[in-house]
Amino acid sequence: MDNLLEIKNLRASIEDKEILRGVNLTVRAGEVHAIMGPNGSGKSTLSAVLTGNPAYTVTGGEVTFSGKDLLALSPEDRAHEGLFLSFQYPVEIPGVSMVNFMRAAVNAKREYLGQEPLSATEFLKLMRERRTVVQLDNKLAGRAVNEGFSGGEKKRNEIFQMAMLEPRLSILDETDSGLDIDALRIVASGVNQLKSQDNATIVITHYQRLLDYIKPDFVHILYKGRIVMSAGPELALELEEKGYDWIKEKVDHEG
Amino acid sequence: MTDDKHIIDQAANEEYKYGFVTDVDTHILPKGLNEGVIREISRLKGEPQWLLDFRLKAYAHWITLEQPSWGHLTLPPIDYQSISYYAAPRQKKDPATHQIDPELVKTFDKLGIPLEERMALSGMAVDAIMDSVSVRTTYSERLAELGVIFCSISEAVRDYPDLVRRYLGSVVPYTDNYFAALNSAVFSDGSFVYIPKGVRCPMELSSYFRINAAQTGQFERTLIVADDDSYVSYLEGCTAPMRDENQLHAAIVEILVEDRAEVKYSTVQNWYPGDKDGNGGILNLVTKRGLCRGDYSKLSWTQVETGSAVTWKYPSCVLAGEGSVGEFYSVALTRNYQQADTGTKMIHLGRNSSSTIVSKGISAGHSQNSYRGLVKIAPKAVGCRNYTQCDSLLLSDTSGAHTFPVIEVDNDTSVVEHEATTSKINEEQIFYCNQRGISTEDAVGLIVNGYAKEVMQKLPMEFAVEAQKLLSVSLEGSVG
Repeated sequence: MDNLLEIKNLRASIEDKEILRGVNLTVRAGEVHAIMGPNGSGKSTLSAVLTGNPAYTVTGGEVTFSGKDLLALSPEDRAHEGLFLSFQYPVEIPGVSMVNFMRAAVNAKREYLGQEPLSATEFLKLMRERRTVVQLDNKLAGRAVNEGFSGGEKKRNEIFQMAMLEPRLSILDETDSGLDIDALRIVASGVNQLKSQDNATIVITHYQRLLDYIKPDFVHILYKGRIVMSAGPELALELEEKGYDWIKEKVDHEG
Repeated sequence: MTDDKHIIDQAANEEYKYGFVTDVDTHILPKGLNEGVIREISRLKGEPQWLLDFRLKAYAHWITLEQPSWGHLTLPPIDYQSISYYAAPRQKKDPATHQIDPELVKTFDKLGIPLEERMALSGMAVDAIMDSVSVRTTYSERLAELGVIFCSISEAVRDYPDLVRRYLGSVVPYTDNYFAALNSAVFSDGSFVYIPKGVRCPMELSSYFRINAAQTGQFERTLIVADDDSYVSYLEGCTAPMRDENQLHAAIVEILVEDRAEVKYSTVQNWYPGDKDGNGGILNLVTKRGLCRGDYSKLSWTQVETGSAVTWKYPSCVLAGEGSVGEFYSVALTRNYQQADTGTKMIHLGRNSSSTIVSKGISAGHSQNSYRGLVKIAPKAVGCRNYTQCDSLLLSDTSGAHTFPVIEVDNDTSVVEHEATTSKINEEQIFYCNQRGISTEDAVGLIVNGYAKEVMQKLPMEFAVEAQKLLSVSLEGSVG
């Protein structure tokens, strides 16, 4: 099968501090990859660089997404091509209703793909349908983007947006952080409902907990800006038991 | 953020959509201002002696005054002798059918203002004013059945002289300020509205002001009287051609609100703002004031200001009636080298009167945006309330936001609250939108409209949609 995402020797820095030091990763459609690693290893930087956050500078390497040079695309075109990030800290946009926000997003993508914009009726129907994926109620449409949302609601709102935009590759950046067990179940169930043979998911997390609900096919460990170990789901269990110290030791020792 | 820089460059070249000139034969008085010119304006308009006297008194007062300089503005020097004070499009009227000159119909069509009633979609009555004269007022006959008078002020002087004489200058006397004196001397046209007792005006009334002729000033005068228990919603829109020189616009709006009556006055001001280097544009120096004379009367000002090189205006409420209510909702957006010094005055004279001020300033480019406000509560005006919220949003490092609030409370039973914030547009918000596929331009439009929402939702529906578009368009590429 063709590779959906291919990262080769990716290097990136922020304010002249190098964070990613040669990341290699291949993701195929239908797969779930977990990226784990200690704090400060570059996990969130990886998601920011892939989605084109202007705060980071790519200093080397290449990324191919659906056969296209991802790094040459603007952040919005990356989104239109099917890349989605569930933010660790979703930002509030006061006064902008979810319905206006999502309509702008959905219709921008349709325009990019040469499709007609959705009518108001079609759009509202789609919104009604998709919000059930994460059990958000009908007040959602009128609420301002993330404003006054609880931590759990913000994360559910991220997955709702994912359901609306039907991405080919979703990156969930510590979507489990700050969630109680019920919210975690709802979010994970939402992600699982959206999973198909045509899309893929990268789950960035510190904990095994989320991976009990979203089962990864591969687990990678990112440390000091590099993927230092890749294995099957059993690696996450091993980390849960032993922590990261043995990996740090091993990598630092090998230098 | 090199992308943003690129967008800024694009925006700088963004054309003002309404900058065209109509090729119409125009009768223009020679430049200059003196008693003779005032007599000539009055003669051309066929005015009664009392009005000529009013003008001459105002002129005599004006020449004793100095142009005010207290605004946070750099006003280019205005040579009052190099402006023409009267310009009237000569209409090619067909006397048989009373048709309006097709060129003028085309002009207003292009501006989205239908002069033919059968073309009007929203059933909004319009007084369309080009340069110094009213071109057409729609729906006047239908409104007359209810006793509502809606016509140009020139017609009102002719047809309802007693009403005009009673109210003209009663809220804004010609002695009020420099530009008010000037307007009183040379005012050309404007709208007159009278809502009789107990009538709720069934449609939105609106005036549309258009400057067309070069090197002329526009000095319109609007007078609205809402008698006891009446209601009216009034809208005002304005545009002008793109020209390298500044053009002066010094208007007066006077509103009188009687017992339990309510007036909503909404403005979308989009005069030509000048080019990206600050050349040209309208100098918008306007006095707007309402007197809530009646008990439990209410006046609400809503303004969306995106145009003009310089804006100097403070739509105010004198709350004389017991329990009267004044409101001021404002969005002022400045970019390039635009300057706005705008705000309101709430003068509480009546007991238990209350006022609300919500001001949202947005500054981009090299612009300067100031809020200036006065909340005054007189000693005998017990039990009054004021709430003021004054927010500034900066879209660039080179723009400025300033606030000059003055609060004077002369009794201890009144409550005044003032909240103010200044913020910079948030790059995280923009990136969040980008990641969802929304371009930076559209994101800024969304974010700013969200910021201004509290004010926008006070506008009548048709106007709100226009104003939202205007905010987004004016903002294209203003982030940096």
